[in-house]
Amino acid sequence: MLARGGWLTRAAPAATVLLLIGPVICGFLGTLLPAFGFLPGLGGKAVTLDHFRALFEVPGLAGSVGHSLLTGLASTLASLLITGIFIASHFGTRAFAVIRRLIAPLLAVPHAAAAFGLAFLIAPSGLLLRLVSPSLTGFERPPDFLIVHDPLGLAMIAGLIAKEIPFLFLISLAVLPQSRSEPALRLGRSLGYGRVASFVFLVWPSYYRQIRLAVLAVLAYATSVVDVALILGPQLPPTLPVRLLDWMNDPDLTRRYLASAGAILQLAVGGLAILVWFGLERVGAILVTALRARGQRCRKDGVVRSLSLAGMGLAAATVLASIVVLGIWSVAGLWPFPEAFPQTLSWSGWQRALAQMCSPLTTTLIVAIIAALISVVLTLLCLENEFRDGQGDLRHSTAGSQRESRSNKALLILYLPLIVPQISFLFGMQYVAILSGLDATFAGLTLAHLVFVLPYVFLSLSDPWRGFDRRFDTLAAGLGMSRQRALWRIRLPMLSRAILTAFAVGFAVSVGQYLPTVLIGAGRLTTITSEAVALSSGGNRRVVGVYGLVQSGLPFLAFAIAIALPVLLFRNRRGLRV
Amino acid sequence: MTRFGAFLAALAMIGSINAVRAADPDASDWPAVLAAAQGQTVYFNAWGGSQNINAYLDWAANVLESRHGVSVVHVKLDNTAHAVAKVVAEKSAGNSDNGSVDLIWINGENFASMKKQDLLLSEDWATHLPNWRYVDVENMPTVRTDFTVPTDGLESPWGGAKLVFFYDSARTDAAELPDSALELLTWAQRNPGRFSYPAPPDFIGSSFLKQVLHEVIDDPKKLKKPVSEASFTADEAPLFAYLDELQPYLWRKGAAYPKNYPDMKQKLADGELDIVFAFNPAEASAGIAAGELARTVRSFSFSGGTLGNTHFVAIPYNATAKAGALVLANFLLSPEAQLRKQDPAFWGDPTVLSLQKLPTEMRARFEALDLGAATLRPDELGPNLDEPHPSWMERIEDAWLKRYGVGN
Repeated sequence: MLARGGWLTRAAPAATVLLLIGPVICGFLGTLLPAFGFLPGLGGKAVTLDHFRALFEVPGLAGSVGHSLLTGLASTLASLLITGIFIASHFGTRAFAVIRRLIAPLLAVPHAAAAFGLAFLIAPSGLLLRLVSPSLTGFERPPDFLIVHDPLGLAMIAGLIAKEIPFLFLISLAVLPQSRSEPALRLGRSLGYGRVASFVFLVWPSYYRQIRLAVLAVLAYATSVVDVALILGPQLPPTLPVRLLDWMNDPDLTRRYLASAGAILQLAVGGLAILVWFGLERVGAILVTALRARGQRCRKDGVVRSLSLAGMGLAAATVLASIVVLGIWSVAGLWPFPEAFPQTLSWSGWQRALAQMCSPLTTTLIVAIIAALISVVLTLLCLENEFRDGQGDLRHSTAGSQRESRSNKALLILYLPLIVPQISFLFGMQYVAILSGLDATFAGLTLAHLVFVLPYVFLSLSDPWRGFDRRFDTLAAGLGMSRQRALWRIRLPMLSRAILTAFAVGFAVSVGQYLPTVLIGAGRLTTITSEAVALSSGGNRRVVGVYGLVQSGLPFLAFAIAIALPVLLFRNRRGLRV
Repeated sequence: MTRFGAFLAALAMIGSINAVRAADPDASDWPAVLAAAQGQTVYFNAWGGSQNINAYLDWAANVLESRHGVSVVHVKLDNTAHAVAKVVAEKSAGNSDNGSVDLIWINGENFASMKKQDLLLSEDWATHLPNWRYVDVENMPTVRTDFTVPTDGLESPWGGAKLVFFYDSARTDAAELPDSALELLTWAQRNPGRFSYPAPPDFIGSSFLKQVLHEVIDDPKKLKKPVSEASFTADEAPLFAYLDELQPYLWRKGAAYPKNYPDMKQKLADGELDIVFAFNPAEASAGIAAGELARTVRSFSFSGGTLGNTHFVAIPYNATAKAGALVLANFLLSPEAQLRKQDPAFWGDPTVLSLQKLPTEMRARFEALDLGAATLRPDELGPNLDEPHPSWMERIEDAWLKRYGVGN
């Protein structure tokens, strides 16, 4: 299918871009117009700047914007540094192998569930303090310490770091083989450079170039995240996205204008964060250059290496502990402070939830599988088209560089939904869905998920595909294989692990979608995640536990299959083993 | 025919076209409503944060399916405003008769807002429901005035609500409990860090502000009317003087607030808070039954009265299954459904019906309900204070945000 009829591959990039850009542009217009006062449903027909004026008079707006910027930049910087330095100092060690094996469960836990777990771990009435109370602390009652919701957003930054590290690590795993890191590291060390310095000087430039988009996606996500901010973030004032949602949910319907104007501001804040990030990249580059030019060998990097190991270990431990915490709460009866374990256990939370879970579970699976499947097929078609145009590997291409850059630029649009805050175009998208009769249909919901799934699939698949050793293709052609046959017999099987991982990533992204599901599903199509958020508004930790585990379980299964299937399929192909 | 006459005729035609377009079911012709409802699917948009309530709605859906052939789907909301937003989006998109919301659980600001924007099925249908005859209109003025806004039959009462406080008798001395907002302040000063309220605009948090306002404003009658610009600064002053004094003794010294009522309940169980409050008098009993609260949790109220209101169901103007929605609203108001709703084993929400109006056998079953050890008897609940006009809530929420919502 991939190779037959060149038109299919040739049409793929255009179709992909349309599929993504259409909803995003429509959605963005649907947000932009109300921001300037145009919303006929509420009688707004005149174009005005009043709503922006009102927005800038909102008390504490600067604080909200500042919080969003600070948490976004700090968490991204910290996760990148920890991931990068960990890889630099532990590549090929046992610690590296352990984290690599843990990657599936670490990725599978949704942000909100991990945030909930972290909150319950570190709160004054949380598990950590319970373990040492009253024996060590003497606390019979939880102390009145401001730990979660702290004004600097430290708890929120920690929660984001814990979840972003596994994502960056996964992307790095795909990229590292092409950065020729092993020989480079060996060379660096033989010249007397420390592990970290060898990595930073020799591998980092090509490594960072390849994960840069993923880093920007992390930055955009962290700047506009709602659920983690609600659970862990500062409250006085909260981050900008939280306030947007408040305004959108305000019974006073005219606040929607304010919310729309705020969504445009959020877009600007996201842009500003990226600009600041570019500045940080420059500073980093200057520092590294200066260090390198001085001939520093940086052999005594033990502290940095231990710190990165501690950071990685803490992140992994936090996410894993949050699964344990969710598990205990899902069967907990009464569990007062300072007891470290519930007084009574009960299955009633599971029984009740399972009774009501059937239809949302079916919807979740159908939408996630179809969206991930479409994304994988479209991504493969786009990549194969790129390959046939001889644009596959940047380093090898000589001719047609102009076309190449145009096509690559067009595909950059793919990442738009990752960089533009969801909240700034989803409300408009809902409006368009209703106009076209697509709301509350499987097609509409799948399309809405696709907008967010496709970029992640492309992100995880494009690097392994482009980095695939072209000599295999040449060899196949030399043996008389047609391109189609080479694709099916050589490239796709050899890349099956990457393809399945991309599918699992897409599946996980779809399962985790909240706002698109609520807005396009119109309450008639519900998924595990939309049900989980509605139920957790009741604050019952048992329910949060049950749904958090189910939410983690689905992507975990997908990742487990992605890892196990190639092992089974290729058990007699030694070269394809891990 | 004169030109003016033609104009009038045209007007009349437009009127009749409107009448045809609005061929909405007529609640006073009940057999016709039942016939039209047959086979319809009603999407009931209601907060889905409580498993008790969800299970109750499952039961109601089963009854309606078997008795009237009406399917009911509970659309679980985390915020009622999402359903309102959906109706607004549909109106903007010109969808005026195939809306996705058929019935919506609503009161207060959301109702006032939808009524003002003409988003509700608009002619008095609620008082024409067959079960309206049982409603306690005489003793419960809130079944026809929702936060001082007349309901005009655009929403049908579903349950009562009253502000009630909870504490754990194993930790907190019952003799020291406050009996008014002022005493609560003294209590908080003696027990620093053990009381708080959800940050407005959370519904329960704003309700606490209204409760205090009621007690400290010079003339509570002012609250029945919209805010007067001339006197607002003077009217709000005692409230914020009170809150300023309370601030340093709040949980986390007011640097963070509980998210909402369920969060406060969890914090009572965790031992972080000692006094919390809710709008459902049976909440503590239900929490104990569900294993969320200690068996020693008890309730109290203020003898001077606490806020009381009613919650309702309403039908959006563009609902698809209006007849089915009417049938569901009527069933929710039936003695049978209200009895189960008041039973803490299922939900524990106070009825809006008058026991005097019920058949003897039904009345006996209501009187025989075991409300639970932690629930106050009706005569212990204290008088009802009326909800202020919605404009008060908006203004004090804004004032609160300006003062405390932006940090220091």
